[in-house]
Amino acid sequence: MKALAARRQDRRAPIVLLLLALLLTGGLYAVLAPTSAGAATVKADASDIANGEKLFQANCATCHGPSAAGTESGPSLIGVGAAAVDFQVGTGRMPAQMNGPQIQEKPVQFEQEQINELAAYVASLGEGPAIPTAEMVDPTLGDAANGMSIFRTNCAMCHNAVGAGGALSQGKFAPKLWDTTPTHIYEAMLTGPQSMPVFNDANITPEEKRDVIAFIDQQGGASPGGLTLGALGPVSEGLWAWVVGLGLLIGAAVWIGAKSS
Amino acid sequence: MTTTSSPSPVEKIAAGTADYLDQRTGIGTAVKVFARKIFPDHWSFLLGEIALYSFISILISGVFLTLFFVPSMNEVVYDGPWESLQGAHMSEAFASTLRLSFEVRGGLLMRQIHHWSALIFMAAIVTHMMRVFFTGAFRKPREVNWVVGFTLLILGLAAGFSGYSLPDDVLSGNGLRITDGVVRAIPIIGSYTSYFLFGGEFPGEVLIPRLFTVHILLVPALILALIGLHLFFVVLHKHTQYPGSGRTNKNVVGYPLFPIYVAKAGGYFFIVFGVIALMAATMTINPVWNYGPYDPSPVSAGAQPDWYMLFLEGSLRLMPGFAEVVIGQYTIPLNVIIPAMVVPGILFTGLALYPFIEAFATDDHKEHHVLDRPRNRPFRTAFGVSLLTAFFILVLAGSNDLIATHFHLSINDITWTFRALIFLGPWFAFWITKRICLGLQRKDRELVLHGHETGRIVRFANGEYIEVHKPLNQHERWLRVQHDNLRPVEIEPAEDSRGVRRKGYRLDRMRQRLSQTFYEDRIEPVTPAELVAAHSHGAHDSISGADHGPAELAGAGSSTAAVGGGQHLIDPQDETAPDGRNH
Repeated sequence: MKALAARRQDRRAPIVLLLLALLLTGGLYAVLAPTSAGAATVKADASDIANGEKLFQANCATCHGPSAAGTESGPSLIGVGAAAVDFQVGTGRMPAQMNGPQIQEKPVQFEQEQINELAAYVASLGEGPAIPTAEMVDPTLGDAANGMSIFRTNCAMCHNAVGAGGALSQGKFAPKLWDTTPTHIYEAMLTGPQSMPVFNDANITPEEKRDVIAFIDQQGGASPGGLTLGALGPVSEGLWAWVVGLGLLIGAAVWIGAKSS
Repeated sequence: MTTTSSPSPVEKIAAGTADYLDQRTGIGTAVKVFARKIFPDHWSFLLGEIALYSFISILISGVFLTLFFVPSMNEVVYDGPWESLQGAHMSEAFASTLRLSFEVRGGLLMRQIHHWSALIFMAAIVTHMMRVFFTGAFRKPREVNWVVGFTLLILGLAAGFSGYSLPDDVLSGNGLRITDGVVRAIPIIGSYTSYFLFGGEFPGEVLIPRLFTVHILLVPALILALIGLHLFFVVLHKHTQYPGSGRTNKNVVGYPLFPIYVAKAGGYFFIVFGVIALMAATMTINPVWNYGPYDPSPVSAGAQPDWYMLFLEGSLRLMPGFAEVVIGQYTIPLNVIIPAMVVPGILFTGLALYPFIEAFATDDHKEHHVLDRPRNRPFRTAFGVSLLTAFFILVLAGSNDLIATHFHLSINDITWTFRALIFLGPWFAFWITKRICLGLQRKDRELVLHGHETGRIVRFANGEYIEVHKPLNQHERWLRVQHDNLRPVEIEPAEDSRGVRRKGYRLDRMRQRLSQTFYEDRIEPVTPAELVAAHSHGAHDSISGADHGPAELAGAGSSTAAVGGGQHLIDPQDETAPDGRNH
């Protein structure tokens, strides 16, 4: 027994073991790690990229620089991916109208085809998250119950329990989510625009993202209890209790008091 | 009740039953007394009834809810019709709330009736209290009833808070977490008290059953008992009445309870319940299915308590965090103690003790059954408005995130603005209200002395122009001169004639100082002498017509008991005057 142990105690054993462990970890990571969203990309052809570059030079280069490497007025776009472009331009946030606490949504400035070309150009500058496919964001394929539980722990602190929006510091805010398209919600989670944190695929998997979309898809409509009052919680309920409730009741009291006895 | 010559069978049965009851309980006497009890008529006297009737709605809907609600924190897996919670782990309390909302027929409507009634109940209490405060209805002999009403306010808060937490959802759980934090902030005994309340570490497993007992037994029983006492005092003291001709501290001008007020009050119950039911049927309240089952980790944006607790939330939101003091290994969290205990302590103590403070400052031992017009009590009115202003600023501060998103403002700017306003706002409100009251009193004096402006300009033969004023009629005048002339109290000197220090001087001095704060700035009501003087020099006013003769004075010299201000202008004893109701 002792001899066996002594023989095993080779000087090089720790190094070999370490190498083996590293190899195992790396191998496991390669197998188990979530695949990049880039897998879903539709290969853009060269003409799209060329058109996109023209659009970029005309509309974006002022702030983001002629090579998209960023200037003092705008960040570098190398590596942000097609998803970021589709979200920012597709919701009208870019091209930015003005500076402010945060760049706000406005009417979309480009056709979807032009947005795709811009996205293809930016994606060609460096690897980044791609635009999700229709299947990846289809609310009917998601599990709303799981989505609610993920939303409650990750999103509700800024966007309100059902996505009605909420305030952030210094005039920034988390917008209402009910009118946002599933694709844009997915892209926002993936790219983390402005104050929003990035929820990458290791953090919230693509399936879970779809569950969240399924949950949001159910919100903002009719409530079983009647008018939603903005789904803003007890403040709006209290306001209406005073305005409608006490308002009507005091009105009735005045009417009764005015009725001659 | 007059009976016709041939009573119908129904009348016979009714009469027989009434007679049966009367012979055994003597209820006839009570009915006779109550039916003939006189009540003054004014819409603002119905505000307390809103509170009473919404409380009845709360009781009725609450009984229904207890039939289905399970006050247990045992964990279950949800398997019901609400899709986005399926498979979620939750307490039985939350699951039964969902069952109540989605599976019990009429359950959601009952829940919403219960919750809307609770909001209306508290709003009605506050409004009723404002009416009582600003009209001085809390003065002797009603100080004790003011305290009973104040206790009802506090019990209403307790009822609301305990019920709000019962569904065990995320939103109310956040509220409980804040409560736990406040309890822990109490020096020395804080953490022990928290463990005692929650039966161990927050949230524990006993809180919901405990709150349930508090909510459906303890607090409602106390509220019911105190409502009984409150109403008993109203009957005992008789109702107050607004000032007007023929109304004194020794009578009650109004109509008997039966049949008019019985019909009015009974009908008003159905209006109150109808409005609540209308709201409950059309407006969602506390959609717990949106918030999800309680879990200590998530907090959603827009997490606020119901409106009546919002001032505490605002107080906490306004307080800067730096006030936490650490001495050795002990933390004194002044950043919680000040906003959650000191601020409400000041607001509530001021409210509860005000009648006693005012009586002390006025040195008032008389009974008062005629209400004050708010303008005639500038200090009180200004004090009330400034207390309300502080409350309102705190409520807004508790909603700062919604103000930020809805008005596109920076939440930091809003918070800093409210931090300044909480000190400046009440002060400014006090100052401006007092100015307005004094201004209105001056206007009253002006009207009494010179009458209404008619817009008629008359030129005399000698070239002089005057504007003709129409004198006030007796009822109008009485309303403006009937109140007490309140002056700062005068005290005896500190030493008597032989230079011996007087006992009780310091208390008197305190009373005098307080009294000066109350009554230093004042406009005194018109005295009979002033009125006579005004009319004698203004002889030209009589041009406007002989039908408005000069003021009738209660013998401008013959009435000797001259103490107050206008009390000696004759009180036109006319109860049927069109102006009998105060406007």
